[in-house]
Amino acid sequence: MEFLVASAIGVMTAGGLYLVLRLRTFPVILGISLLTYAVNVFLFASGRLTVGAPPVLVDGVETYTDPLPQALVLTAIVISFGMTAVVVMIALGSFLGADDDHVDDQPEEDEDDAQAEGQQ
Amino acid sequence: MSLFFIVALPFFGALLPGLMNSAGRSSCAGVTFTVSLAAFIGLLTNLPTVLAGGTVMAQIDWMPALGLNFTLMLDGLGFFFAFLILGIGMLIIAYGRQYLSREDHMGEFFTYLLLFQGAMVGIVLSDNILLLLVFWELTSLSSFLLIGYWKHLPEGRQGARMALAVTGMGGLAMIGGMLILGQIVGSYDLSVILQNREMIQADPMYVPALILILLGCFTKSAQFPFHFWLPHAMAAPTPVSAYLHSATMVKAGIFLMARMWPVLSGTPEWFVIVTTAGLITMVLGAVIALFKHDLKALLAFSTVSHLGLITMLLGTGTAFGAMAAVFHILNHATFKAALFMSAGIIDHEAHTRDIRRLGGLRKLMPVTFVIATLAALSMAGIPFLNGFLSKEMMLEEANHTVLFDTWWFVPALAVIGSLFSAAYCFRFISHTFLGPVRDDYPAKPHDPPAGMWLPPAILVVLVVVIGCAPFLVQDFVFLVAKAVIGGVEPLEVKYIKIWHGLVPALYMSIAAVVGGLIVLLLFKPLLKLWDAAPRPEAKVIFEWIVETAAAGARALIHPIHNGSFTRYAAVGSAAIIVAGYYAWVTGTVDEATREMQAPSAVTIAGWLMLVAATGALVLLHRNRFFSLILIGIVGLMVSVGFIFFSAPDLAMTQFTVEVVTIILLLLALNFLPKTTPVESSLLRRVRDAGVGVVGGLATFALSYHYLLRDAVATPISEYHLANSYKGGGGTNVVNVILVDFRGFDTYGEIIVLGIAALLIYALTETLLNSKVRARLLNRTPDQPRAGDMHPMMMVVLTRVIMPVVLMVGFYIFLRGHNEPGGGFIAGLVVSIGVVMQYMASGFAWTSQRLRYPYHGVIGAGVLIAGLTGIGSWFVGKPFLTSDFTYVRIPPFEKFELATAALFDLGVFLAVVGAVMLSLESFSRLARRAHTPDTEHPMDIDPSRDDPPKTVGASGGPV
Repeated sequence: MEFLVASAIGVMTAGGLYLVLRLRTFPVILGISLLTYAVNVFLFASGRLTVGAPPVLVDGVETYTDPLPQALVLTAIVISFGMTAVVVMIALGSFLGADDDHVDDQPEEDEDDAQAEGQQ
Repeated sequence: MSLFFIVALPFFGALLPGLMNSAGRSSCAGVTFTVSLAAFIGLLTNLPTVLAGGTVMAQIDWMPALGLNFTLMLDGLGFFFAFLILGIGMLIIAYGRQYLSREDHMGEFFTYLLLFQGAMVGIVLSDNILLLLVFWELTSLSSFLLIGYWKHLPEGRQGARMALAVTGMGGLAMIGGMLILGQIVGSYDLSVILQNREMIQADPMYVPALILILLGCFTKSAQFPFHFWLPHAMAAPTPVSAYLHSATMVKAGIFLMARMWPVLSGTPEWFVIVTTAGLITMVLGAVIALFKHDLKALLAFSTVSHLGLITMLLGTGTAFGAMAAVFHILNHATFKAALFMSAGIIDHEAHTRDIRRLGGLRKLMPVTFVIATLAALSMAGIPFLNGFLSKEMMLEEANHTVLFDTWWFVPALAVIGSLFSAAYCFRFISHTFLGPVRDDYPAKPHDPPAGMWLPPAILVVLVVVIGCAPFLVQDFVFLVAKAVIGGVEPLEVKYIKIWHGLVPALYMSIAAVVGGLIVLLLFKPLLKLWDAAPRPEAKVIFEWIVETAAAGARALIHPIHNGSFTRYAAVGSAAIIVAGYYAWVTGTVDEATREMQAPSAVTIAGWLMLVAATGALVLLHRNRFFSLILIGIVGLMVSVGFIFFSAPDLAMTQFTVEVVTIILLLLALNFLPKTTPVESSLLRRVRDAGVGVVGGLATFALSYHYLLRDAVATPISEYHLANSYKGGGGTNVVNVILVDFRGFDTYGEIIVLGIAALLIYALTETLLNSKVRARLLNRTPDQPRAGDMHPMMMVVLTRVIMPVVLMVGFYIFLRGHNEPGGGFIAGLVVSIGVVMQYMASGFAWTSQRLRYPYHGVIGAGVLIAGLTGIGSWFVGKPFLTSDFTYVRIPPFEKFELATAALFDLGVFLAVVGAVMLSLESFSRLARRAHTPDTEHPMDIDPSRDDPPKTVGASGGPV
């Protein structure tokens, strides 16, 4: 089981990194999302894996999962939504402003980029 | 009055002039004056203690662990400076009322002035040197605002920038020096530091500390080679110049040298650095001042020169020198403020400060003439005026000072300095006031109203009184000098007298005055010589240094920071991997301590789906819609994994977030291209795949490693598990952590979420107000539009589901404390319910029915959460302490009421508002021209008589 979780983290990281290194905004956003999953699962796993434990306090039960990483990851998930939304908005704004969704500055279109930035 | 009030009054008072601005100029100035007066009276209430030789202290612990406490101290020296700052401040305010014209924003001016005054008072009353540094930087900042007050003048802006750069840099150096000093002594309190002279001077770090602190003092007090900013700062309105040059800004450096005098002075290093810098500054400033044609420039360089004089006196390290310095600070403050105000009057009335266009003003402005002449003669060192007394003491002290083993060096330079000082004073008088009346003044000068000449007149009365009857202030000067010396050296009581007999200082003084007259007579040929002589211009050098530094920074940054995000991401990832590898190989690896758990078939199936979806996403990412489905699968599998590993809260959150994220990306895809073109070369893709694989392997190895080992230290979760029910009243530990144990974190997070949503809203607004708006309105969709934009089936379904969703959300919210659920999840669920209405009936229809704007919902959420936290203050508990109780209302079962639930309500509202505001902003972009907004919830309705006007038309929002 541990192997599966660890390898899932690895696979998602690898895919996320590859997509983050793409040249257009949309795949980069997908890559960031994948990385977010990987990081959240990684943080969650820092509480170690517990299968079948009750999610809330129950009398007579000794084994619980580690609640702290869960609480931290819970807010991380919500915050990452906020971050994704902002990044998408910025990508959209630059595309609408300059008609170009490259993530890198395009040397020959410096002027357009500058305008696009000015509009955001 | 408590020292805290004296310091705080100007700061809080700074709010008033802005508020009173519309009430008229007099009330604006009046309230400012009252604030200063109140602080001044507060200071005077402490006078008896100070006169009795006592020290008034006041302390509040601020950050005791850092040694940073809000400790204030008032002794003779602090009182002396605070007296000057507040006393002259009041005169400046009265003068400023008349000086500022109707175009100047008076409230703004007096606000800056009071801020500055507060910062200055803070410096001179601070006992803690870290606190002193804070006030020190505040004076740099507020003087920047004051100097640049006339924002429309380029000189004002440049002068302000230069002042800030120079004094700010010195301030940085001083922070270093003060920290070293605090480390040596082991305390940051002046009262302790001042007792440890031997320890400090024996320490090997004494010289670095001394140099750093002196850098701060020299930059602030415009000592050579940092003297150049002060004359440029005269671009400020004249009241500001008068204030900065006489009692405040530049005296801060002097004050600090005096304050630190007991522990830093007396060593050869101190003597050589401080005395030399002072001497050079004194002579240089005096010579330049003589050849300045602008009245204020002349006075500005004379300030530089006199500051050099005071610095030199402090540098000698003798008790007599310190006393002379104190006396001259007092005298200089009086005559220099009066002189600046007179220059301001001349500028105000004659509309020029150019000395070459003036002359003969004694007949036109007799009052100003008397005031300015007395003050200038005092500065020149003429008997029966106070400048004479302290100049005599300076010459006396110079006579006993031997620098570089040459007995005549210091006395000779002192005489030269005094000579030029006398010369420019005589020039000031004769070229402005004497001579024939001219008829080509830019404006016909006459004496100003009393409100303007009274402040300098008061100062000149002091000049004459001290000059004729020095015994009146003698005891006070002794008291302050004693506070400076701090018992390091005995202060022999040498009476301040006008006539000391035929001592060398008298001959030196006579030589200086006579020489000054001769120089004035030879002024024309000397000026020609001066104009012909090449000399370095400090401003040019300063700007060259700044330009070079900026060019260097550009040359360094531009090649690295070239706008390629891909490159940053690649370099960043590689660096993290390398750092992780280094940590791995240098760390120790223990044996596995945990058993591997056997995977079930379901787990393997889920894993396979996740891996396959991720792989497919990487391969097929060019098809953007398809990649959304794939990433949805990944997210779903992650949620399932959370459930499987006993984390239902996480699963619910992940699942709902997944839904809104996909909706968001769909909205964005509406505008973005639907496919990603192939651009990067195969080599590049292989390289990126390499980075990805190595990174993936690294995270895999790390996760696998620690999943098989127990935590190194006991996790604090034990505490949370043990106290969740007892202390937080909830059995869902995750929720109790969120709303109770770590409620402050959560509070911060909902604020961040709200800010993100507002940012999206703001970006949308900006976009819609730019040229993009027209393009958006007129675009042709690149996808075929549905014939039925708002299908009846969907409309009906979403309406039916809505109350169910709301109830589910409410249920999840309520049970959150004890069962999986809570504000975050409930907020997301309710948001989805509302988003469905937008999807079904369109943006326009839905937002018309929106009663509460989402900004308000976010604000209400943060406010409720914050107020819940503040509520615990009323029962004397720290912020966000929660409480709970159990109540029973028949016929319900017993249930729990917790303040944490109220906090969770805030979380809920903030999440709903933030999610909805983001999605709503996106869909606002989708409105187009030629497609009227929907008027009805659905396009086709058999029961409706009026068919919608848009039948058959396409387009519209989601």
